[in-house]
Amino acid sequence: MRLEIGNIFIKDVAFGEKTEVKDGTLFVNKDELIKAATGDDDRIASIDVYITKPGDNTRIIPVKDVIEPRVKVEGKGGIFPGVVSGVEQVGSGKTHVLKGAAVVTTGKVVGFQEGIIDMSGEGAKYTPFSKTNNIVVKLEPIDNVKQHEHEEVIRLAGFRASNYIGEAAKDVEPDETKVYETKPLLEQVKEHPDLPKVVYVYALQTQGLMHNTFFYGADAKKIVPTFMYPTEAFDGAIASGNCVSACDKNPSYVHLNSPIIDDLYEKDGKDINFLGCVITNENVTLQDKKRSANMTAKLVELLGADAAIISEEGFGNPDADLVMNCNNLEEKGIKTVLVTDEYAGQDGASQSLADSTPKGDAVVTAGNANQLITLPVMKTVIGHPEAANIIAGAWDGSLHDDGSIEAEIQVITGATNELGFHTLSAETV
Amino acid sequence: MSKKRIVHYINQFFAGIGGEEKADVEPEKRDGIVGPGMAFNAQLKDVAEIVGTVICGDSYFSEHEADASDAVLEMIKSYDPDIVIVGPSFNAGRYGVAAGAVAKLVDENLHIPVVGGMYPENPGFELYKQHGYFVEVGNSAATMRKAIPAMSDVVKQIIDGKDKITGYMPKGLRVNVFKKERGSKRAVEMLLDKINGKEYDTEYPMPTFDRVDPAPAVKDITKARIALVSSGGPVPKGNPDHIESSSASKYGKYSLKDIDDLTPENSQTAHGGYDPVYANEDLDRVLPVDVIKEMLANGEIGSLHDYWYATVGNGTSVANAKKFGTEIAKQLKEDGVDAVILTST
Repeated sequence: MRLEIGNIFIKDVAFGEKTEVKDGTLFVNKDELIKAATGDDDRIASIDVYITKPGDNTRIIPVKDVIEPRVKVEGKGGIFPGVVSGVEQVGSGKTHVLKGAAVVTTGKVVGFQEGIIDMSGEGAKYTPFSKTNNIVVKLEPIDNVKQHEHEEVIRLAGFRASNYIGEAAKDVEPDETKVYETKPLLEQVKEHPDLPKVVYVYALQTQGLMHNTFFYGADAKKIVPTFMYPTEAFDGAIASGNCVSACDKNPSYVHLNSPIIDDLYEKDGKDINFLGCVITNENVTLQDKKRSANMTAKLVELLGADAAIISEEGFGNPDADLVMNCNNLEEKGIKTVLVTDEYAGQDGASQSLADSTPKGDAVVTAGNANQLITLPVMKTVIGHPEAANIIAGAWDGSLHDDGSIEAEIQVITGATNELGFHTLSAETV
Repeated sequence: MSKKRIVHYINQFFAGIGGEEKADVEPEKRDGIVGPGMAFNAQLKDVAEIVGTVICGDSYFSEHEADASDAVLEMIKSYDPDIVIVGPSFNAGRYGVAAGAVAKLVDENLHIPVVGGMYPENPGFELYKQHGYFVEVGNSAATMRKAIPAMSDVVKQIIDGKDKITGYMPKGLRVNVFKKERGSKRAVEMLLDKINGKEYDTEYPMPTFDRVDPAPAVKDITKARIALVSSGGPVPKGNPDHIESSSASKYGKYSLKDIDDLTPENSQTAHGGYDPVYANEDLDRVLPVDVIKEMLANGEIGSLHDYWYATVGNGTSVANAKKFGTEIAKQLKEDGVDAVILTST
């Protein structure tokens, strides 16, 4: 499977009469965007759209998802197949990306686990999305929509909005083109027969209602682990649909740019032979966990891997899946590196994970989510600032009278991303 | 640059007051240096000065910890120090524990750095390592000549404002840092090193966990006293103790006396880690109050503890969870509880 990614660098975003890209500026027709985002969902009471850019004195709260506008130019299907596009096989052909732009969804808090994006100040350092030009879609549902329905309403509206904007990239000449290719297994093995073979074990958050991830629209809770060509992720095969803590949920934007895939491709053919991904889940019952961990190990072995990177989404309960996958693979002689984050307490003195294994001797950490931070007053707040008192990582009183916020970095979208999208880490002192 | 002000904490022995027979002397302060302070001053004279020494008997400190703590803290504070040195206390157990406790007092109340010196097996180190820069020293005062320069070196690094202090035993605290490369790239590099048999540094050394064996089964449930405990956040309506939706800092204790059934009118969940709709519709789904009351009425269980205990497990640190567990278990044992129904989510 071969995919060309054409990046169109977006340096600025503004409202305009037509949704289009002109000299690196993305113009957005607000009315059309609202119409596209709304679709025919009658559970939506209102949608408004805002623009905010890096360096702005602006806070977005509560953030539900972040999505990168993309469009298929050649090859089958559309972005987010099985969710807002037909369920075609994606991952080959050509895809254009509005690099530097992002759709951010907000509105009344859905659960407790939505986040904060500050576009400047101390908080901006902790979120990768302070560096994107953000088109913020603020959606309010009609009354009496249950929380899991509310999650679906805002999730789908975000994807529709992003795909609408992505269309503007269709006829634009990319500033940069990258080619990613993974061949069918037997051919791929022959490509670099002397290099160590690596598989990426890509765990998706599936702890239950509002903790969902979708694979071609299928609820990943109900899948058994399966093989994925890495390029499929770049076309939205994996879509976020969850409300786990903002710091370590994997927003759809991060799946689209899946960083471990990207960095493994970088070494493919030079230091390793990157065979592909095994998608697995993080279910809550022991039976489900064992089944998935066993199937994952079996698949990785079947593929002939010498080594694997295992990533996580969320914390606590999914730590058990991470540890099981590690144990199973290491027992088969397959070397592993784990990517996780930590909950070491506000003072950093506590054990960081809910499960542990001596076989996990190579761990990359995305930082301690319990670290406290004070987020300064912002001139503009898009969304609902009072959410700062209830979102995970905050407490009653986190939001001060002047509008500043004291909370754990857990509240910041993408702060301790477990796909390794950000630079935060932790050390023992 | 003016010299930094240091206060030095030592015990009765190093102050020259006396040995074990004088271990009950109360806290006192003396301006300037006493005992080993002279050697520190010689090492640090260009950058700092010991402005005062606080002395306390080791037995007095351990037997009157609250009073001793208040007095010692006030005395240290009176000199308005920039840094506090405790010890070195080598492998002297009570001295180490007192020096560690002083480090904690200073760290938590004055928020200034503390430098100590201990033998790694001194119990004071394990108890208080997170509150100071404890330099590894020998197991007796015979190694004083080595200890003073090593501790002074750490003091100098602090005064120089060095980003990364070296030469002390790790505090065991996890502290966030931004790295040059993103996590995914670090993971790929680590994997390459592991594949190629090169050395690599894990960013998180996995801990060894305490594993608890399940207690033996209850012999006769119809005679047993039962309690309900949950980390699923079941609380009375309004969450009166404001238990956090994640990273809980407390647990609640609520009376079961007048409740036979949890309803949307009398209860809710405080937990932020799952969809609360079905829990809030009928909180018995998280904490089986209705069923346990029925069983009690039918004589299927012996008796019921008068309270339920609730916290939120979501993101709550192991240290907090351990503390809640210890406190709750103590109350249950005092009430003669035989078995607990422990629900999560």
